Amino acid sequence: MAANNDDVKLIGAWPSPYVMRPRIALNLKSVEYEFLQEQFGSKSELLLKSNPVHKKIPVLLHNGKPICESSIIVEYIDEVWSSGPSILPADAHDRALARFWAAYLDEKWFPNVRAAPRAATEEAKSAAVSQLKEGLALLEGAYGEISRGKDFFGGERIGFLDIAFGSMLGWLRAVQVMLGGVKLLDEEKTPGLVKWADKFSADPAVKDVLPETEKLLEFAKILMAKAKPAAS
Amino acid sequence: MADNNHGDVKLIGTWPSPFSMRPRIALNVKSVEYEFVQEQEQLCSKSELLFKSNPVHKKVPVLIHIGKPICESNIIVEYIDEVWPSGPSILPADAHDRAVARFWAAYVDEKCFPNLRAAVTAASEEEKNRAADQLKEVIARMEGAYGEVSRGKDFFGGDKIGFVDIAFGSMLGWVRAVQVMLGGVKLLDEEKTPGLVKWADKFSADLAVKDVLPETGKLIKFSKLLIAAIRAAAVED
Repeated sequence: MAANNDDVKLIGAWPSPYVMRPRIALNLKSVEYEFLQEQFGSKSELLLKSNPVHKKIPVLLHNGKPICESSIIVEYIDEVWSSGPSILPADAHDRALARFWAAYLDEKWFPNVRAAPRAATEEAKSAAVSQLKEGLALLEGAYGEISRGKDFFGGERIGFLDIAFGSMLGWLRAVQVMLGGVKLLDEEKTPGLVKWADKFSADPAVKDVLPETEKLLEFAKILMAKAKPAAS
Repeated sequence: MADNNHGDVKLIGTWPSPFSMRPRIALNVKSVEYEFVQEQEQLCSKSELLFKSNPVHKKVPVLIHIGKPICESNIIVEYIDEVWPSGPSILPADAHDRAVARFWAAYVDEKCFPNLRAAVTAASEEEKNRAADQLKEVIARMEGAYGEVSRGKDFFGGDKIGFVDIAFGSMLGWVRAVQVMLGGVKLLDEEKTPGLVKWADKFSADLAVKDVLPETGKLIKFSKLLIAAIRAAAVED
C-alpha cells in the first residue's frame, strides 16, 4: 500500500499516448508526482538505467523502483493506491475484456494511426485508413457492450480501457487533419465513441494531459522532417 | 469465484501451440478440470466455435467459462488465477513483483516467440540463423531476469511455478526443437545460461506441466507439416 510521502516520478514526454496513461491514472488516484520529461531525440541516463531492456518511456519510479510498460504501470498504480477510485473493473471477466481491448489497441490498431500519414503511396494510405475504420467499428461495438448504457467503458467513471484508448485521441484527431479531414470518428458510424471521446477529453483527470491537436500537428512535422534522411 | 465443475470450462487450442499450453498449465495448477477442444493443428481450417468465440483475432487459445469467452493467453492465465483463488497463486503477491512478472511475460511474447517462429519457418538458412542469434540474446536476458526474480529459488515464481515460468516455459518445447533443427545450436547453454538450464528441467518435470509440454520429436515432425501448410497458403494468395 502507498503512503502520502512516497517518492513518485514519471519519466516521459508530453506527446506520447503511452506516457499519458500513467499520468491519467496518477491523477485519478490524486497522487502527486514529478514529471521528468525526456528531450526529444536523446535518452537520459536515468531512462537508460531504469529501462535497460527497451529504453522506452514511460517509466514509473516509485520510491526508486522502476516499473515499465504503460498498461503494466497503470495496473500497478491501481493496485498500490487502492484507496482511490478503481481503475480495473471489479469482475474478473470484465477485467479480461478490458485487458483484451487494450492489447488490441496497442498491437493492431494504434500502429495504423502512426502509419497512415507516413504511407508512401495513396494505396497504402487507403489501406491504413480502412484498417483504422474497421477497428473503430469493432471498438464502437465493444463500447456498446461494455459501457452498459453508461458514459465510459469503465461505467460511470473512466477506467482501464478508457485510459488505454482515450490516450490515443490526441493523435487520432491530429491524423484526421493530416489525412485531409478524413472522418475516422464519425457521428453516423461511431456515434457512441464520438460522445465518449468528448466526455473523456473533458474529464478532470484527463484534460490537462491530453495534448492539443495543434501542438501534435507541429510536433508531427518535426518528427517527419527528422525521419526523412533515414528513409530508404 | 468458481468451483471445479469442469462442465463449465472449455479450452479451445492446439497441442503444439505454446500459447495454448499456458492456460492448460494454469488450469492444472488450480486442479480445474476442463474440456480441451482441439483445433486442427496447422490452423488451416478453423471451427465455428473458434470464429464465434474469438471473432476479432480468430486465434487460439480461447477459454470458455460459463459460456463466456476469454482470449489472449496471458490474459486467460490472469483470469484463471483470479477466478480460482483457492488454488496456488500464479501471479506474485507483491504489486512490484507482479509488474515485473507481467513485464517479462510481455517480453517473451514480443522477442522470444517471433524469433522461434522465424527459426522454424523462415525460407532461408540465413534468416533462420539470424533468428537463432536473436534468440540467444533474448535467452541471455531471461537468464539475468531469472537470477534477479527467482531470488535463489527454483522458479521465477519462487518455490512453485508462476506467471513468468508459465509464459516462458511454454516456449521450451519449441526452443528444444529449434536446437535440433538448426544442427545442434545451443540456445540453452550450461556455460552461458546455467540457471535456465536447471530451471528448464525442473519446469518440464512439474506435475502441472509434464503432460502438456509437447515432446521435441513430435514438434519436429509437426514443423514439417506446418512449413508445408505455410508454403501452400502462400501459393494460394
